[in-house]
Amino acid sequence: MTTDTKTDAPLLDVRSLTIDLPRGADRPHAVEDLTFTLDRGEILCVVGESGSGKSMTAHAVMGLLPKAVKVSSGGIRHQGTDVLSLPERDQRALRGGRIAMIFQEPMTALNPLMRVGDQIDEVLRYHTTLDRAARRARVVELLASVGLPEPDLLRRSYPFRLSGGQRQRVMIAMALAVEPDILIADEPTTALDVTTQKQILELIRDIQTKRHMGVMFITHDFGVVAEIAHRIAVMQKGKLVEIGPAEQVLNRPQHPYTRKLIAAVPHLIEHREDFGSDRKPVLVAEKVCKTFHLGGGFFTPGRKVVAGNDLSLTIHQGETVGLVGESGSGKSTLGRSIVGLIKPDSGRIMFEGVDLLSLSRPAFRPYRRHVQMVFQDPYASLNPRHTVGDIITQGPVAFGEDRNRALEKAKDLLKLVGLDASAADRFPHEFSGGQRQRISIARALALEPKLLIADEPVSALDVSVQAQVLDLLEDLRHRLNLSMLFITHDLRIAAQICDTIAVMQKGRIVEIGPAREVFGNPQHAYTRTLLDAIPGKGWTLPEDVVSATRRSAALRNSA
Amino acid sequence: MTAAAITPARKGSGFWGAFARNKGAVLGLVFLTLVVLMAVFADLLFPTSPWDMSTAPFQPPFSEDALLGSDTLGRDIAAGIAHGARVSLLIGLTSTAVAVLIGVFLGAVAGFYGGRVDDAVMRFTELFQTIPNFVLAVVLVAIFTPSLASIVLAIAIVSWPPLARLARGEFMSLRSREFVQAAVTTGQSNLTIIWRQILPNSLSPIIVSASLMVATAILLESSLSFLGLGDPNLMSWGYMVGAARTVIRQAWWMSFFPGIAILLTVLALNLVGEGLNDALNPKLARKGRA
Repeated sequence: MTTDTKTDAPLLDVRSLTIDLPRGADRPHAVEDLTFTLDRGEILCVVGESGSGKSMTAHAVMGLLPKAVKVSSGGIRHQGTDVLSLPERDQRALRGGRIAMIFQEPMTALNPLMRVGDQIDEVLRYHTTLDRAARRARVVELLASVGLPEPDLLRRSYPFRLSGGQRQRVMIAMALAVEPDILIADEPTTALDVTTQKQILELIRDIQTKRHMGVMFITHDFGVVAEIAHRIAVMQKGKLVEIGPAEQVLNRPQHPYTRKLIAAVPHLIEHREDFGSDRKPVLVAEKVCKTFHLGGGFFTPGRKVVAGNDLSLTIHQGETVGLVGESGSGKSTLGRSIVGLIKPDSGRIMFEGVDLLSLSRPAFRPYRRHVQMVFQDPYASLNPRHTVGDIITQGPVAFGEDRNRALEKAKDLLKLVGLDASAADRFPHEFSGGQRQRISIARALALEPKLLIADEPVSALDVSVQAQVLDLLEDLRHRLNLSMLFITHDLRIAAQICDTIAVMQKGRIVEIGPAREVFGNPQHAYTRTLLDAIPGKGWTLPEDVVSATRRSAALRNSA
Repeated sequence: MTAAAITPARKGSGFWGAFARNKGAVLGLVFLTLVVLMAVFADLLFPTSPWDMSTAPFQPPFSEDALLGSDTLGRDIAAGIAHGARVSLLIGLTSTAVAVLIGVFLGAVAGFYGGRVDDAVMRFTELFQTIPNFVLAVVLVAIFTPSLASIVLAIAIVSWPPLARLARGEFMSLRSREFVQAAVTTGQSNLTIIWRQILPNSLSPIIVSASLMVATAILLESSLSFLGLGDPNLMSWGYMVGAARTVIRQAWWMSFFPGIAILLTVLALNLVGEGLNDALNPKLARKGRA
């Protein structure tokens, strides 16, 4: 590896970079006139919502742009050398050699048919002159350096044997293999659980300090930014709207878009008043158990997964109960059992005094309209072949309502959720994610339910849209006096919207109580771990930004 | 809540636009239309029965009374091809329709209900898949005596298994989609869910493979007729090739023209099927077409 002599030049210097999108896209440029630098030993967070061009920028640096997308002007300089004008061969040596990248989904970034050790070895074989034994030692050393246990054994595992966090560590080890001086991380923790996210963030910060690298960290989550950034660049629709030291951007944001983004960050500070549990219970779940049997065939027994172990929960009239936990904790299983999508093995689910689980299918049907569900993915939960009006009216029509009357009601509902009544004639693909989630809510409300199960309703949405949908749910539940079971993995969101919190771990509810108590004085060790893992907890949202949103929220609610 | 103003997303070019982008498919469709027209107007083009002797036997092509020549008994080959088109298309379309009905029904049931039902249906399907198609068709036609109905049925019975597998796969993956679960929670019946929610979303691949299946059905019918297992009352391309095979050295045209008719029709159907695939499954469209 050659040492660069031009040390005065910044590590990475992006100058008035413009990337053209193919014709027919929603805007002419993916990135427009973008200028920033990345220095040795700093973490630059690039923040923005989906479609802001943050990933395109990273891909341009790495030469990973899709064929139809071209850099039309500007330049990318690595320690003074113009990357884009280099011949293909040298560009390739530069990537992998000096600039490395890690991706959002480590499962798809790793080759599923190759042992992880071999995948790292491959990088060493192309970029170094080490012999076989030396490479092997280096692989073990790398795996150990990213905190993986028993690196010598782990080297021989296939990616599917590893957990999400371990895979991301392998990706990082692979990126570090040739000692790059720039690490580009594209949403590296978005697909991970909070506790794993915390570990990976710590690892990246640790490695960055030790190796004195420049890290370009792309994310949409201001919590993560507050946790890790030295400098912050905020992008909106392909343009850089604000760049500056972390402390300045986080606490004294200048640009209105940055202020809007920060205001939309769910924050823990607002605790609701305790919910008076003197009202009558709408739903009582008692000792619900569910074990899934996976795989297996005629002769081989499958794997057992306990998704529900003795789950008990009460939801009162008008109460919002938050069910929080990491992926695989069984929180969706409970939600789905209540709406009747999954049949638990044992236990009781009492709805207004009737045990839903003891009912036969026809006898259960009348209860369906009282318990409705809002699904996670607004892109998968609406039938692409039906109009929005159809989608909303199908429920009432199935319960015998006249089609035309149901359609009139659907139009009112669309207005209630903040859409235009004309939306009824359109198809789902004509709407954005947030709008689709509103449609999904309207569908659930069409049956006039008493209880709404919201299964991660905002986790697929951008922060600012997330805040709008949460506001809508909050507003609706007061107006319609709904009870709600709100399932989420994000404690910050749960804190914002729930009266009561139930924390789930490995199929068990480990702690349940009023939100203020669970967050203020957590009893169970796991709850404390979760709270401790919330990114950006040390950062208090700037007062002027928050009070501005509070005012507008108050205005909305009184309107 | 003004932020939720509706912004219509960009609309893709329509079905025909996508279809027309595949030049081969358009060519196939044009040729197929000609074959259909020929079948429909066969009685006008060749008013006499294709079984009637119209000229001297063994007339070569471009002779006075017979454009494409005549066969060993003096029957007009051109008339035979025009009337044979009816049989080929009729059998191709009806047997495919029957196969689609059987296959999609069984596949839908297996994919939607899963578990034991799925096991039972799929083992039944495998039973048919293990027997060579053509042999089974020959046996079936031989048992039921060759007639239009028995041939259609035999072809349908040997061709539904792949459709059942396809439909099952589509139903299984759509069954777990959230919009189907949403339909369950809003109290829609299983039948409504199968018919209104899942089926419309699974149709594209089924239509594509059905269009290709028409071609296979035509080939199967020709092969059966070639072996003398065609409907004895109906002139068909396969029968013509079969009847002329003994004199292929002396009179090439007797088997050549019906053979070309089969080849081009099947090719046209395959091209159309491919075009449908491009148009209906834009995500699977092959590379090289922007």
